[in-house]
Parts: sequence; structure tokens; C-alpha cells
Amino acid sequence: MVAFSLNGEARTLDVDPEMPLLWAIRDVTGLTGTKFGCGLAQCGACTVHVDGMPTRSCQIMVGDVEGASITTIEGVSGKVGEMVHAVWAEFDVPQCGYCQSGQIMSAVALLTETPKPTDADIDSAMSGNLCRCATYQRIRAAIHEAAHRLEA
Amino acid sequence: MLPFRLNRSAVQPTRRQFLLGTAATAAGLAVGYRLIAAAPAGAQSAPEATEANPFQTYVEITPENQIVIRSSQFEMGQGAYFGIATLVMEELEGDWNQVDVVGGSGNSAAYGNLAWGGAMQGTGGSTSMASSWERYRKAGAAARTMLVAAAAERWDVPAEEITVASGVVSHASGKQANFGELSEAAAAMPIPDDVPLKPRDKWTQIGSDSLKRYDSPGKTKGTQTYTIDLKMDGLVTAVMIHPPKFGAEVESFDASKAKALEGIVDVVQTPRGVAVIGRDMWTALKGRDLVEVTWNEANAEKRGTAEITAEYNRTADGAGAATARNDGDTAAALANADKVIEGHYEFPYLVHASIEPLNAVARLNEDGIVDVWGGHQMPDLYQAVAAQVGGTTPDKVRLHVMKTGGSFGRRAVSDADLIVESVAIARALGPGKPVKVQWTRENDMRGGRYRPAYVHAVKAGLDTDGNVVALYDHIVGQSIMSGSPMAAMIKDGIDPTSVEGATNLPYAIPNLKVELTTTDVKIPVLWWRSVGSTHTAYVMETLIDELAAAANRDPVEFRLSMLSKHPRHAGVLRLAAEKAGWGEPLPEGRFRGVALHESFSTYVAEVVEITYNGGSDFTVDRVVCAVDCGTAINPDQIRAQMEGGIGFGLGAILQEELTLTGGVVDQENYDTYTPLRIDQMPRVEVHIVPSDEPPTGVGEPGVPPIGPAVANALRAATGETVRKLPITKNLSA
Repeated sequence: MVAFSLNGEARTLDVDPEMPLLWAIRDVTGLTGTKFGCGLAQCGACTVHVDGMPTRSCQIMVGDVEGASITTIEGVSGKVGEMVHAVWAEFDVPQCGYCQSGQIMSAVALLTETPKPTDADIDSAMSGNLCRCATYQRIRAAIHEAAHRLEA
Repeated sequence: MLPFRLNRSAVQPTRRQFLLGTAATAAGLAVGYRLIAAAPAGAQSAPEATEANPFQTYVEITPENQIVIRSSQFEMGQGAYFGIATLVMEELEGDWNQVDVVGGSGNSAAYGNLAWGGAMQGTGGSTSMASSWERYRKAGAAARTMLVAAAAERWDVPAEEITVASGVVSHASGKQANFGELSEAAAAMPIPDDVPLKPRDKWTQIGSDSLKRYDSPGKTKGTQTYTIDLKMDGLVTAVMIHPPKFGAEVESFDASKAKALEGIVDVVQTPRGVAVIGRDMWTALKGRDLVEVTWNEANAEKRGTAEITAEYNRTADGAGAATARNDGDTAAALANADKVIEGHYEFPYLVHASIEPLNAVARLNEDGIVDVWGGHQMPDLYQAVAAQVGGTTPDKVRLHVMKTGGSFGRRAVSDADLIVESVAIARALGPGKPVKVQWTRENDMRGGRYRPAYVHAVKAGLDTDGNVVALYDHIVGQSIMSGSPMAAMIKDGIDPTSVEGATNLPYAIPNLKVELTTTDVKIPVLWWRSVGSTHTAYVMETLIDELAAAANRDPVEFRLSMLSKHPRHAGVLRLAAEKAGWGEPLPEGRFRGVALHESFSTYVAEVVEITYNGGSDFTVDRVVCAVDCGTAINPDQIRAQMEGGIGFGLGAILQEELTLTGGVVDQENYDTYTPLRIDQMPRVEVHIVPSDEPPTGVGEPGVPPIGPAVANALRAATGETVRKLPITKNLSA
């Protein structure tokens, strides 16, 4: 049994504690917005927040998040999250969209920590998130725009 | 991402064809395809006498007032669904809040790709808008006409007095109805004989720069369902064990330890390997580690890429096995040339590496129907294959076309590998037991179907006036079509996908010869975003640039001087050069490069700026792209595809390479196979040439020019053309 908070809701899962958090979220709780891409923390598609920190859920065992607060793409809320969602859609950032849950989780964490990120901050925070459609230019523009509007 | 060039005569359907595509000829691909796909359900010629009801084929309007558009074209991120919805909405006058798009299938008469001749459904060759241009506008117009007719009858007023706007049907008397309220009556109205389409100056959707993708919100909130996300009662997950070498087969396997693991459902052999089936992904993966497989490698490919490339280089020095283009007398002209540039180019295998690893879901049902969910980029073919593997007939196969996390060509695969695996496993499990086959990243990367490796041996000559007098290219590599249902496209030893981009070189060069030697290697290959142009454009555009330098000519002016008969090529080149400030001085350490290429009837020129820091250290800072794709349907999506194509192509030429050692793939994951990341993405500016020509595609044509444009900028910096890819590994330090 592993107990943690998932998108603000207390959950107790009867799972193998060695199961990666990614598969516990997807296959056990049924929240599928968090994606599987590589299983090796190389693509960032599985990024969630663990106590606010962007974390590759494929590389952390569910047993290790006992008592933690997990946020997935489905649980993104608040001023920063809503702004990122809005700007992302407005800029038509996604193409296939598959990596975008992870991109958004990284972007929300970045903007929460660094309200006015530079290009270098964006490179550093976002370079762990692959986008095979290469929507990077719009990701960068959307982050700057979200920062700008949040400041206003 | 199929390579078939636009068949312009086929893209303009007659009135009778517009809804059914009935009289479209079975050209090219369709001929080859029929060799294996005997008769998929509904694929037979539709009766000529009746028009299809648009409400049953293209535009379903639900009583709840939803507009559900059935797309013939597959959505892998490139925006085909949005493009088709734009065409329908232009004529239908609906409200975008009502719109959803789903994949149609099982009716090639309705969904056959008109740019391929219309007989077979499929997505590739950047043809989605060309195929859909008339069909979906006419479907939207017919549906609107029938809605109006239904309202006229209900309100007992003349149809001419009824207007439609933003999903509301209105009469001057104040009567109003939404589409949903009229849908049932409308579907029973006579199908209009002829529907005039809006003239260009009345368009509000086509060409609109403010129109946003209807599907962005779902992709932003994690709510779009991909194949990996499917849920259904009793669904289990299968993970695969594939042979370590291509062509090896299962000799035997021991699954006793895996089967003892709690949660493992079964372990079964498939045509290609062994499937380990578990209640969830993690359990299946744990079980997979416990299965021991013995492989029979008698027929396996045991060579590595080093040996293969060495062999290609030797072959390239000899004469080609087939001649794809032969103008003038290239050998004589080269012998008499004032200056000759020659060398070998080497291109590695490349992986599509979509972030959603390949997958499919299949279920056999008690009533004999086989359901298959997945990235059905070639639905008719997959229906036929699913029937064969499922032991039934195509009319008993029900495809569910999912939107996928990328494809780049990989979901259009002639052996339908995921369909075979999913249906074979579902059959082994028995009726009523759905199974999701989910490849891991390692399965995906080592699973084959790569952009083939190629070697080009080139020679090009200038006369004393600096004119190009001759160009010779001998291309050596595997055929994509050979051994596939498309093999009928190979004529006189020439697979068109091996030479496209070279054989249609637009420059006025009096002596031009392109030869091809197709090699026999058992590494499975496939089309990869922009197909032949991924290598031919690099060769031709770096060679032309080197010739310009040897002739002391400006690269842009040099190209233009050979393009007098190709105004659309010249147009994009001029536009890109102008917008990039071509010729203006650059700061110390910065260099420009240009490249121009037409693929799939779309013309693209790109000018790059790099910062060269010495050795192999450089950054690509800026790309100015000009594109002529005919009528711009969704301008912002054209920009998006150019931006994405540039990033996709740039990653490949900089740093992507798949190698094999002793027949075993060396790269397994994104740590060693390395697509572009955000910190490497240049600033991209896209300029669209205004045009009234029919629309062509944008999914692929942004890719080919970026490689040679970067290489040409590097040559400007270093004096050397990098002829061996990827660049970062081979740029001399």
C-alpha cells in the first residue's frame, strides 16, 4: 500500500512499490494525460510535479512518493497553470501534442520558480523535454508570453 | 509520408466524383497495393449511379448539434484534421465550437486519396490538402444545401430566403434552427446535383490567420486520447521481445518463470517474436525480463553499418545499375570541363522516433468482428492485413483510426507490423479479450523501418565561364518499395523514392546523369519525412553551392541564373534571400547559407545564419524560410509545419545516426539517438508566397533545405563541405 496525494486528492494504491510512478498513475489510477515516451528520463513526456518539483515519473518508484503531493497535467490549476494552458492553446503550440503534457508541467514549474525567465532559463528548464514535432519556437514564445501576462 | 508525386489531373474530381471518388483511376500505388489487398470492405468500386449522402460519409451532424467530420486523412500532428475541418466549415457555415474530426475508414470509394488516383485511402506525400481541397468543400456545401432544404420544407418558405451563419439556419420571418434540430430531416433531403463553391473573395475560413486549431485545448490539458490511453473492459497489455538481429526468428522460448509471476496473463509467439501479456505495463515488463528466447539467426543480417557503408562506397565508384535521368553526354562534358568537383556523400540510417512509441489495440469479438485501434495511416491495407491475420475477411474488420503522437512516415508501413502483432495476440487470447501492444522505446528504436543509409558519388563540372556544364550522381542504397505492396512502382530498376529530388533537379544543366544501384541489405527501411529528398536535396544543394564558390559567383544569383524556366523555385529563393537580408554584412563569426528544394510540389527556400566558433563548435541561430504551397489554407499551420520540419531536419543532419554492429542496433533510446532539443532550436521566420494555385502539402517540404543550408553556411565558414552525416560527428575539428 502506498499513500500519497494526487491532484489534491488522497489516494492509497495497492501496488508493487517498485512500480514506476508513471505506470501507477496511468495504469492504476487511470489518469492518462501523463505520457510514456522513453522510460529512461530522456524525453520528459512523463513529467509530473512531486511536491512542486518537476519530476520524470518513469524514473521514480511509486513507493518513493509515499506521503508526497503529486500533480499531473489533469491537476494543473492556479494562476500560472491556467495562464500556461491559455497561452499554449492561443499560440497553437501543439502539433501531435503527445509531449505537451510534459512540456506544460516543466513550463509551469519554471514559471512558478522563475516568473521572468530568460532564454537561457528556458533552455535549462525545458531541454529535458523532447518534442519530435520540434514545436520549440512556440514553446519558448508561449513561456515568454505567459510570463509577460502574469506580470501584468 | 508516401513519396507519390501529385497527380494533378486526379486532384480535380468531376461532379460525380466529388462525394464518391468513383471514377478516379487506379493509378500507381493502387495497382501495386492490389497485389495483396484483395478486397477490403467497401473498397470495391462504388456504384456510379448514386451520389453519396454527405451526412453518411463526411459530415455527421448529431441531434445534439455536434458536427463530426469524417476525415479521409490521418492526423499525426501535421494538422490534416484541422485543414479538412477548415474546408468543410468554409462551406457549411457551422460554429467551430461544434466541431470534432474523426478518422473515416473502410470506404475507399469515399476516402481514397485523390492525389494518388483515388482508389486507396492513405496519408503521405504531403497530399492531404490536395486530395481534400474539392472533396471536403463540396461535402460542406452539399450538407449546408440539404440543411437549408430541410428548413425550407419545415418552415414552408423558399430555400433562397434562408441564410446560414455560425451554425444557425435562419429565415427573415424570425424562424431559426440549429443544425442538430435539422439534421435528421436534412439527411433525407435529395442530394444536390451540383453545389457551387464560394468564390475566393468570399472566404472567411480558408486563408484566415486568426483561425486556431480546434484540437489545441485537448492537447494542452492532457485530454486527447492516443492509442496508449485507450481503456476498455478487460484490456491487457502486451510487450514485445523482438529478435536482436533483423531477419532472425524464434527458435524456442522458455516462459515458465514469467508465467509464474502474478499478473502475467500469457506469453505467446507472434510472427516476429514473443509477446508477454500482463494486466498492466509494469507487470508485462517485469515478466518480459524473465522470458528466455533462443533465436535462429540463419537468415539474419549480420553486417554492421561500417561494413555496409564501406561496400556502398566501393559500389558507388563503379557504374550504376540503372539510369534514372540522362540528359546530354555527362561523361564527355566532365572530361572537357574546366573545373571538376567530385566526392562521396554518406548518409546514415535514421529513425522516426515519434515520442509515442508504436502501439495498437486489437479485440476479436464473439460475433466474428475484429476491432483494431491504432495509427491507421494506410487503412485499406491494414484492414486487409488484419483480416488475414485474424482469419477472417476484410468486411469483418472494424478499424478505429486514432490520432497519434507523431509518425513522420512510420505509421504507414507496408508490412503493417503493429496490426500483425496486435491481431495475432488478440487471436491467441481468444474472443472478447482486448489487448494493447505497447512497444517500449527500445522496441521502437531497434524495430527497423529506418530512412535508408545512402552513399552518393558525385562529379560536377564548370566551363571556363563558370557555367555548370555537367552533373553526375550515382546513388547507392536500399529500395523502400522493393518487397512491399508498392513494388509495382519500381520501373526499370528505379525506385522513385531513391532518386526523387535528384532526377527532378530544376537547374538548367545541359549534361545531367543520375544513376542508381539498389542494394540488398536486410535492415527494414521506410519513408521518413520527405523521403528521397532527405538525402538528394543535401547532395544537390551543397554541390551547387560549391560550384558557385568555384565559379566565384553569389550562391543566390548563381541558382537564379539556372532557374529561368522555374518561376516558383525562383520565387521562393528570391523571397527568402530578401527577407534574410542576403548580401548584407554579418558580424564577425557569423555566416549564411542557402538552399532551395521542391518536394511534393511545394517549393521551399531556406537561408540560415550560423555562428562558427572554430573547430566543430557552431550554433544555428536563425532560419528564414520562404514557402510556396499554392493556396494557403491555414497560414499559421503552414508556418508551424515549416518550423517543425526545420527542427526535425536540423536534428537529423546535426546529430542523428543509427548504427549497427554485427547486425545489432547500437542505439536504444534518446540518450544515444538524439533528436533536436529546445536549446538547439534556431529562430525561424516563415514567409508564405501568396498564391491562387491549388493547395499542395506542407508536412514534409520544410525538411529538405535545412541540411544543405547549414552545410553551405559551414562551408562559408570553413571552406569545406561536410559530406558525411551527421555533421557534428564529422565536421573536422
